[in-house]
Formats: sequence, C-alpha cells, structure tokens
Amino acid sequence: MAKKNMIAMILAGGQGSRLSPMTKVMCKPAVSFGGKYRIIDFALSNCSNSGIDTVGILTQFKPQALNSHIGIGSPWDLDRVHGGVDMLPPYMSEQGGDWYKGTANAVYQNLNFMDQYDPEYVLILSGDHIYKMDYRKMLKEHISRDAAATIAVIQVPLEEASRFGIMNTDENGVIEEFEEKPKNPKSTLASMGIYIFTYKELREYLIKDAMDPDSDYDFGKNIIPNMLNDGKKMIAHKFEGYWKDVGTISSYWEANMDLLKVDNDVQLFDRSWNLYTSTKVRPSQMIGEDAKIEDSVITEGCVVEGEVINSILFPGVKIEKDARVVNSIIMENVTIESNVIVNKAIILEKSVIKANNVIGNGDDIAVIEANTVVEPNYGGVANN
Amino acid sequence: MIKDYMAVINLSENENDIRSLTTNRPIASVPVASRFRVIDFILSNIVNSGITNVGVFSASNSRSLVDHVGDGKPWDLNRKNDGLFLFTHGLDELVNYDSRLLKNNMEYLFRSKSTNVVLASSYMIANIDLADVVRAHETSGCDVTAVYTEVDDADKNFQNCFTFEVDSRTKRVTDVGKNIGFGKKANICMEIFLLKKEFLIDILYKSAHSSRHSSLYNAIFDQLENITINAYKFDGYVACINSIASYYRANMDMLKTPVREELFCSERLVYTKIKDEPPTIYVKGSKASNSLIADGCIIKGTIKNSVIGRFVEIEEGAEVENCIILQNVKILKGAKIKNVIIDKNVTVKEDAELKGNSSFPLVIEKKNLISGIR
Repeated sequence: MAKKNMIAMILAGGQGSRLSPMTKVMCKPAVSFGGKYRIIDFALSNCSNSGIDTVGILTQFKPQALNSHIGIGSPWDLDRVHGGVDMLPPYMSEQGGDWYKGTANAVYQNLNFMDQYDPEYVLILSGDHIYKMDYRKMLKEHISRDAAATIAVIQVPLEEASRFGIMNTDENGVIEEFEEKPKNPKSTLASMGIYIFTYKELREYLIKDAMDPDSDYDFGKNIIPNMLNDGKKMIAHKFEGYWKDVGTISSYWEANMDLLKVDNDVQLFDRSWNLYTSTKVRPSQMIGEDAKIEDSVITEGCVVEGEVINSILFPGVKIEKDARVVNSIIMENVTIESNVIVNKAIILEKSVIKANNVIGNGDDIAVIEANTVVEPNYGGVANN
Repeated sequence: MIKDYMAVINLSENENDIRSLTTNRPIASVPVASRFRVIDFILSNIVNSGITNVGVFSASNSRSLVDHVGDGKPWDLNRKNDGLFLFTHGLDELVNYDSRLLKNNMEYLFRSKSTNVVLASSYMIANIDLADVVRAHETSGCDVTAVYTEVDDADKNFQNCFTFEVDSRTKRVTDVGKNIGFGKKANICMEIFLLKKEFLIDILYKSAHSSRHSSLYNAIFDQLENITINAYKFDGYVACINSIASYYRANMDMLKTPVREELFCSERLVYTKIKDEPPTIYVKGSKASNSLIADGCIIKGTIKNSVIGRFVEIEEGAEVENCIILQNVKILKGAKIKNVIIDKNVTVKEDAELKGNSSFPLVIEKKNLISGIR
C-alpha cells in the first residue's frame, strides 16, 4: 500500500459518564452538538480540512451510534481508495484478546493498522473536543524542530490549570516537564490531548509500554513521561483559538451557548473551514406567523411557532404556539407543546413536553432524557 | 416496491415563460422550496417506488444539473448495478429533440433489463406513490397509463400543459388537448407515463425522424387510435413550474402547512444534494414570520412570507417580504424588497428598494461568477 506521510488515530472510546444521561446509549464522541453535529465531527472535519485522508477511530464503549454516524466516512470525504476511515474496536487474535486498557494500549493494539500505511508521523486525537485546528501547521513545527513528539497546548487561566495536564517548557517551547493535574501548577500551558509523534519513536514506546505490567497504558501518564525521561525532544505547539473539552453537563451546555453569536469563537460560520457531518434530508425550517426568535441557532426540519431565545434547536424540533424556550438545547425530533416554558434545559432526542408545563428553574441545568413524554403539571423543575 | 421497471426522465421542457431563471440551467435544476431543486421531486418519487435504474435525458445547458445530480448518491442511485445514467449530449437541431436524444442513446434502453418504463418530466412537482400507479396500470391491462390531476385553476396555472378527456366509466383517455387557459376546470396531464419498454422503443424509431411530432409525448398521443391509455387520477398537491408566475406561486404554496407536510413529511422523503451548511442563526433584533428558511443563513433583519435559500444573509434593518431568495444572496442594511425573486449570488445594496407585483414578481437574475457583472 502507498506510504502515507501522516495518519490520524482518534480516541473515541470514552464513556463520558459525567455527560450522562446523554451518554446512556452512546459514547461521548457521538453525542449531538451545536444544532446538527456530533462532537466527533470537529476532529474529523479538522482531519479532512487538514488534508489527512487516513483516519483510524478507536472505539470501545457503546459504539453503535458512532458507527452508523461515521459509515464509510463520505461526509468527511474519507471514503477513499487508499486510506479513508476505519473503525477500530478491540478484537480477538490467536493469543486471545483484550479490551483497550488505556489510550496508549488502544493505539498499541492497532500497530498493524498503522504499519500497513508505513507513516512518517502519527497524529493522536481525542474524539471529544470542540475546536477548529489546522494540523498541518502543527506538523510543520514538528518537522522543522525535528521533534520526537509535539503536543498541542493552550493557555488556560491559572485557577483552572490544575484540571489539566500542564506542560512546563523552556523559552523555546521545548517541554521540560509534564504534570498531570498538578496541585500547584508551574505554568498555564495545558495539553489539548493532541499529539504528533514521529511514528518510529511512537512505535518503540508503545511496545515498551505494553510490556510494562505496572503501566496505566496512557499517553499522559506513561508514554509522554517515559519519552521525557529518556531525553527525547518534545515540543509544545501553541494553539490560539477556541478549544473546549465538553466533559460535563455544564461545560457541554456552555460550549453550545458559545455558538449563539454570529462571530462566535468556534467560527461555525467560517466556510473556509467547514464542519462536516452526516445529515438526514429534511425540508427547511419553517418559522410561523407569531414566532419570536432571538440569538438562536435553528436547523432543518424545525417548525417554530413560539418563542425561542438564546437556544439551539436540532433537526425536526417543533415549538408550538405560546411555548417559550430560553437558554436551552433542544435535541432532534423533540416537540414542545403550547404553554410550556423551558428555561435552561437540555431536552434529549424524541422527547415530548406536553402542554402547560415548566421545565427548568433557570439556575441549574435541567436534563430531560431521550424518549420521555413529560405530562402536564410535571411539577415544575426537572433535574439531572 | 415495484419490480421490472426502469425510469426515463425527459428534461426537454418548455422554458419559454421562465427564461430569466433558466439562462444558466434547465428547469430541472432550478432551486425551489428553499433547499431543493425541481428534479428532486420526480427523482425521489422514482426512487421511493423502488426503481433503481434511472436515465436522465437533458438538453443543453446541463452544467448545473450535472453538478446537482452528480453520481446520484443523495438518491441512493450510485449503484454498481443500474443506478443513475445522465445523458447530456446536446443536439444541434431542435426538431423532435427528446425523441432523437433518447433514440441516440437507444443502447441504454436495450441494455436495461426492465420490461417496463416510467417516463416522466420534472417540472410537475408532487409527492406521488408511483407503486400505486404501477398497480393501477397492471390491473388496467392498458398499453399506457398516464397520470393526471383535476384542477380548477387552469385559467391561471398549468399553461400549455396537455389536457385529457377521460371516459368516466372506463377511465380511459379519449382525447388529448392543450391547456390554453380558457376554462378553469381541466384534467391536466402530469407527464408521468407507464409503458412497455418495447413500445417506447417502437415509438422512438417511428417519431425520431418524422416531421409530424414536436415531442415524444405527442408521438405517444398520436397513437391514441391504436392503443389504450389508462388515466390515473392523482389527488394530491401538484405545482407546475413552467413560468415565473407559477414558480413564484409554487414557492409561496410551501408556506402552507398542509402542502409542506404532504410534500416533505410523508414516508416518501424528498432527497436532495447535501451542502454542509451550518445551522441558521437568528440575531437579536431580527424578525422572521411565516417563512421557510434554509440552513447556513444569518438573519439580522426582517423576513415575512418568504422562502429563503441556503447561505443567505439578511442584514440589520433590511426588510424582505413575499420574496423568493435563492442561495448565497446578501441583502445589505436597510434594503427593502417586496414580491421579488432573487437568483443566486446576488447582493442587494444598502438601502436599495425593489418591488414587484404579486402576480408579476420582479426577477433579479443570477450573478454570473465569471463576468462578475451587476
């Protein structure tokens, strides 16, 4: 098979338990986001827009929704003769088989997949981050600095730094120390979980790591520190722009709300860096006679007769007359009947909020699970 | 699901009264209903009935059609066996255009394994269950089945369409005419025909070099003495896109919930090409009412009773009323437009005022990306 310069491996096995109940039936990368996307669309579209045509997606936890979303990868132009997209779940072999024991182990178990492309470089991505990034710039720095590994980093506020993996670098951006969630962070450069490795080096360290019975088989905890200890040259690639790990209900809600401005930080409307997704065909959105819409993002198949303020509607949502939706995320095929107030809520797929209801109190984020029918006089506030 | 049928879409359609929208494209690829194209409807009807072999025969000016239809993937017609076949070779002579176009590609008809053909035009928009037409055709035992709709606005709509006299007892077509807009009531031929492939081939040989027929359909109707034509009455919504006025009306019909639900919310979906646009954003201060709006738009102004295509921007203070706006149009600050059809890529300058009449809407033609004029 033709040799590839760089291939991407996307870690998409995450359970995302803190995003429950959204992750009740699907892994975190498959969770819907931003009106018509799923979280993994960001990483996949970045690959496609960066000219990466070979992508392996490492799955483990509840992969069905993700599998059918990705299909053969045609929405991202990844249905290729050489390369394209491959779903890589754990598998059995003559020696038995194993679940993926960690991020590094997942990639290790797919060495044969990477070997067949004989790549110079491998890009390791996380399938659950919201950002637009040109990986070509990162690769350019990796090559010009002759690094063994390059880690994308972003400035975070000092008070939040202890939630991240923090890179301590010299003045040239060479990483001297890596601390996972440090109590007293020495720097504010947080790892974005995006790595470019020179494949030769990565291969060696993955094999070594797999032999170590005490390892956590994790990039952040094992591979990166091991390479640092051996004095490998590792570079921090500074990224400026929007990046968000939507790990919790509140960060998920915030990241969605970030989209509600035309020149939002995610640059959703920037057509030079399109976001691709797999879409079902639907008619355009119908805005009724008495509808009132402010600072909201609405998509195909929606019918809006009521009021929508500061909210995101996914495809096929119906907002009936005299319903009021504020600061909320309404997922695919939800119906909000008349005389309902939805205030700061996330309503999951195919639920119906019957007439004369109040969902959410405007403080905590209320979450209504998928396929729920909320009868009238529900009792005021739904909570997660 | 029907078996043993293939489909032939005949795009030699009369553009005389819709020229300002068809200078760059055939009627089949004129954008309609905010995010669809005219041909999406007949293509989806065909595919939804289970037919997997579709030949599209287009006259010249096919760039936009080829771009839209592509390899047929949105209609699931990118098949290894059968699938979509596009025939877009222009002919120099316009006499018997459609018959000759088909006859020149006769090998396609011979190669296809199906015994029967659904022959149809694109400019009649409807969501029709062709499987039911096939059932009716097969029980009728007739040589041909032709679909028609009974209308009571033939004086305003369906100009120049074929009309049928139908025997109320036998449900056979007894005479064929043309609608010249004299009466209100008429049986309008929807230009969907079911017939044996053999019969179609026979007609093609006969008519292609005859000077008698102006079109393939005329050649079929010319056989009325010798064959039986079963009339299948379709009771659903039909829009006929053959003039600016009817195009405007059809788009406005889409604002009516029953029409929209019949066309788009049945089990038989209408498919179209995917464009990867972001959702539409409504900014504070915008006001949209009774409008059909595609994705990718940025709405800051006022929209009323309008149909808006993809990637349209309506700036602050702009007012859009009773308009059909196609893809990539920008309406700048303070512009006021009413009863206007704006074709793709046009920018309406700040504070500009454009006004048409609801029966004679103003048409702003597509901005040509090459010349960059206007």
